[in-house]
Amino acid sequence: MVVPLHYYLGLSVALFALGVVGVLIRRNILVILMCIEMMLNAVNLAFISFADAFKAVDGQTFVFFVMTVAAAEVAVGLALVVAIFRHRATVYVDDLNILKW
Amino acid sequence: MQMLFLALAAIALISGVLVVFQTHPLRSALWLIVNFFAVAGIYLLAHAEFIAAIQIIVYAGAIMVLFLFVIMLLNLRRPEEETEPGYKLGQKLTAVALAALTAVVLVYGFFRAKIPLAKETAVSVGNTESIAKSLFTDYLLPFEVTSVLLLVAIVGAVILSKSRLK
Repeated sequence: MVVPLHYYLGLSVALFALGVVGVLIRRNILVILMCIEMMLNAVNLAFISFADAFKAVDGQTFVFFVMTVAAAEVAVGLALVVAIFRHRATVYVDDLNILKW
Repeated sequence: MQMLFLALAAIALISGVLVVFQTHPLRSALWLIVNFFAVAGIYLLAHAEFIAAIQIIVYAGAIMVLFLFVIMLLNLRRPEEETEPGYKLGQKLTAVALAALTAVVLVYGFFRAKIPLAKETAVSVGNTESIAKSLFTDYLLPFEVTSVLLLVAIVGAVILSKSRLK
């Protein structure tokens, strides 16, 4: 018995909204990065469910690219977090106002 | 099949909620690994075996290990004093309302979408061979650009962690 497409899409939407909530209500920059990962994962889920529904492999190829971008984003993001922590000794976004004038 | 999907979806959602609402980032990271495994199981249900394997190796393996390294690197001193400054209730409600709005817009978009994709007749979608064929023929240029992106990310991460921010 096949799982219908809207089940996958519903889960994808729920995970994405959960990631949005996390990005908006948390102030720890590490948790915010993790929630961004969760949102990327939700998008991957939508891609894969469409790839399954349409029997096309392109969706899975796109997920491959999204994962690469996510890996690059995490590497640079965590390097930034470490650099900022050495500079300001904080991981809370409230204390980061370097770009504010 | 459907029961398996619902069980995995429940695990993914519960662990996702726990990621957002844990106080210590280490616990959030561990729950995020649970979330990734549940989503990888759902990928398996959707006939994406290769992507499920990549999900576990790259996300649950490499990326989360990187996260755990950084968390343990940063939070070693004064773990008990590290309390996160909280938002006001109104701000939190606004955030949840915005997320709900996002979800409503997404659902609306999904259900109104008219997708003009023709049903292709790939016999075995999802195995490594068909993905490789697509990757090295139709998407060859994006694939090469991806390698440049990874190189840029490596150089950027090295430079950022070498020099202090002035």
